[in-house]
Amino acid sequence: MRAAIILFPGTNRERDMAIALERASGRKPALVFHRETELPTGTDLVVLPGGFSYGDYLRSGAMAAHSPIMAAVRAHAARGGLVLGVCNGFQTLIEAGLLPGGLLKNATLRFLSMDCILRVERSGTAFTNHWQQGATFRAPMAHGDGNYFADDATLDRLEGENLIAFRYVDEHAQPTSAANRNGSARNIAGIFSPDLRICGLMPHPEDLVDPLMGGVDGLPMFESLAAA
Amino acid sequence: MKLRVTIMPKPGVLDPQGKAIAQALATLGFAGVTDVRAGKTILLDLAETDPAKAEAAAREMAQKLLANTVIESFSVEPA
Repeated sequence: MRAAIILFPGTNRERDMAIALERASGRKPALVFHRETELPTGTDLVVLPGGFSYGDYLRSGAMAAHSPIMAAVRAHAARGGLVLGVCNGFQTLIEAGLLPGGLLKNATLRFLSMDCILRVERSGTAFTNHWQQGATFRAPMAHGDGNYFADDATLDRLEGENLIAFRYVDEHAQPTSAANRNGSARNIAGIFSPDLRICGLMPHPEDLVDPLMGGVDGLPMFESLAAA
Repeated sequence: MKLRVTIMPKPGVLDPQGKAIAQALATLGFAGVTDVRAGKTILLDLAETDPAKAEAAAREMAQKLLANTVIESFSVEPA
């Protein structure tokens, strides 16, 4: 798998992402600057990592969504190429219109830096193949604007078409409001595009991919992608 | 010409900033504040001198970048 990680001014999680991708695939990902207009030849997976692109000016991800490289990312997605957006990358995919909805300020108004538990709502995708359906795993989160919002029609469509990737759950795998720290609609932590080739989520599976990090809970995502 | 673009969270979209401001106002002793919504204002200075064309341009800017119309509504007026 050839992966390319996009770097925007203010991106700061690209190294964690590179470690996770290399660990799972054995191949170093390319780092692509936002001013570039083309992806490296043969790119299978584009990753928009976490950070605070453009200082979160206007809205988180709004500036990054209109940077030069995004035309190439859109073309890659239109060809059915894989795209993963984590945290600020998820915000950017939403601002770019590649995934539906919006990410509002956390309902508590607090920046959340803590672990959460995610439930795999759909296995059998390029991002989730190495998990069982309904499996739960721990993932660190670190965001101020992670409160997923969409109108009821969009939420119903996402559920009806089975496009919810991950939900925030408690230790009993139940999507309770207490487990939903940022206030996301229907406990949604991550979603897929209709063709299942784009996935965005707020928490950081790339930050638990080695026992030295405190666990390997996030590794199945990268093993899934490496095998895709 | 100068235009003011006002961007507000849509009705029904949770506005935790507005809620927090409302609580702070109550704490300060301002009674009877039944609701607060917090948005943002962007002032544009355009080279265009025709008001209708300037407004149309500002609306396009708001549609494409200044507002996220999934969660926000906007209005444009002369500044």
